Amino acid sequence: MIVIIDTGCANLSSVRFAIERLGYQVTVSKDPAILQQADKLFLPGVGTAKEAMANLIERDLVNQVSKLTQPVLGICLGMQMLAEGSEESFCEQKIIKTLGLVDGFVKKMDVAPLRSPHMGWNQVTPEVGNPLFKDIPAGSYFYFVHSYALPVNDNTIASCEYGTPFTAAVNKDNFYGVQFHPERSGKTGTQLIKNFLEL
Amino acid sequence: MLAKRIIPCLDVKDGQVVKGVQFRNHEVVGDIVPLAKRYAEEGADELVFYDITASSDDRVVDKSWVSRVAEVIDIPFCVAGGIKTEEDARRILEFGADKVSINSPALADPSLINRLSAKFGTQCIVIGIDSYFDEATGQHQVKQFTGNEKATVTTKWNTFDWIKEVQSRGAGEIVLNVMNQDGVRCGYDIEQLSTARAIATVPLIASGGAGEMVHFAEVFNTADVDGALAASVFHKQIINIGELKSYLKTQQVEIRL
Repeated sequence: MIVIIDTGCANLSSVRFAIERLGYQVTVSKDPAILQQADKLFLPGVGTAKEAMANLIERDLVNQVSKLTQPVLGICLGMQMLAEGSEESFCEQKIIKTLGLVDGFVKKMDVAPLRSPHMGWNQVTPEVGNPLFKDIPAGSYFYFVHSYALPVNDNTIASCEYGTPFTAAVNKDNFYGVQFHPERSGKTGTQLIKNFLEL
Repeated sequence: MLAKRIIPCLDVKDGQVVKGVQFRNHEVVGDIVPLAKRYAEEGADELVFYDITASSDDRVVDKSWVSRVAEVIDIPFCVAGGIKTEEDARRILEFGADKVSINSPALADPSLINRLSAKFGTQCIVIGIDSYFDEATGQHQVKQFTGNEKATVTTKWNTFDWIKEVQSRGAGEIVLNVMNQDGVRCGYDIEQLSTARAIATVPLIASGGAGEMVHFAEVFNTADVDGALAASVFHKQIINIGELKSYLKTQQVEIRL
């Protein structure tokens, strides 16, 4: 069973359609029993870290997600939620504590004089042999839309550069995350979702 | 490197894709879903749908086609037209759109931009600007309600002041449509777009005037916009997107092939 974790954010359907196009059935749920039974889970996200975290807390999903042992793929803000914390709050100094399932803190991208947000198709360099990037050559384009990012660290499995290098994909234990939108990255993105579903 | 984007625009009226010349005389060019799919397959980097009837008719139109588009295409797309509230935007994003674009309602109530970007994040809030260069006064004027010629009004805003205003309120991207050029295929307004580029800190998309492949090379290499939007040259198959992208690569434009 493939489950999209119902985080209360608005963009669930594009992820669902992408999985369905690969011939899989998808369940959207926040029910702990269903989350436990899933073979693979997706953690989507759009909006702000502050709002997304509030939604997870309100839905009692923080512990539910943390104790999962099956492969989980966080997408965009969903990936950022896997990190230890995020600078993305509306008061600049405060750091929002996030799930802490992969290493590092999400920071505002320092891109000047480039435009912010980082929006569009950019090239990704995956580490050699990572199964999430099977049959995806280095330099492939993925679609990004974000202005915060996780700096490169030991859990980084693919990097991208916009002003400075940042984490395009991350993995620790069963938790995977991608900063780009595979569901909106054409054939390359479809390949990545397929790879995840076949892990 | 971040690639420059080629963005076919589909003007939608009563559930069909239409195109007029300088915003008039709309003719039907086809059904939404097959056209969207064709563009995605040809290599479009993104799609924009402008529901041009919505704002001027003061109604929220049926948006179920958004979901039908989201089901079949695997590239990002943006929906514009009649989005006046957070609830309107939420529904469109739920149907599967990646971004929403606001034009007339942002002029009516600029605080809408602040509310939308706080709620959904700046990255999915696009501001569309219809700019008209008035030769008599030498002014760049922002127009409102351009979907209906009779309802169109000239606002108090100068185009460049409005760009600064929307950025400060949380716009994540700006589509600058130069009305003088729209549908006439004589090239993008490089001068106006270059001025806009100098003040835009967010991604800037050029719109209005594409007629030949060289116009795209010119707008990327001279005005340094992040994307170029066009409609009729793609609908009428004057330019093939795949061929355009191969050509731009030879013109040293960073492009996704």
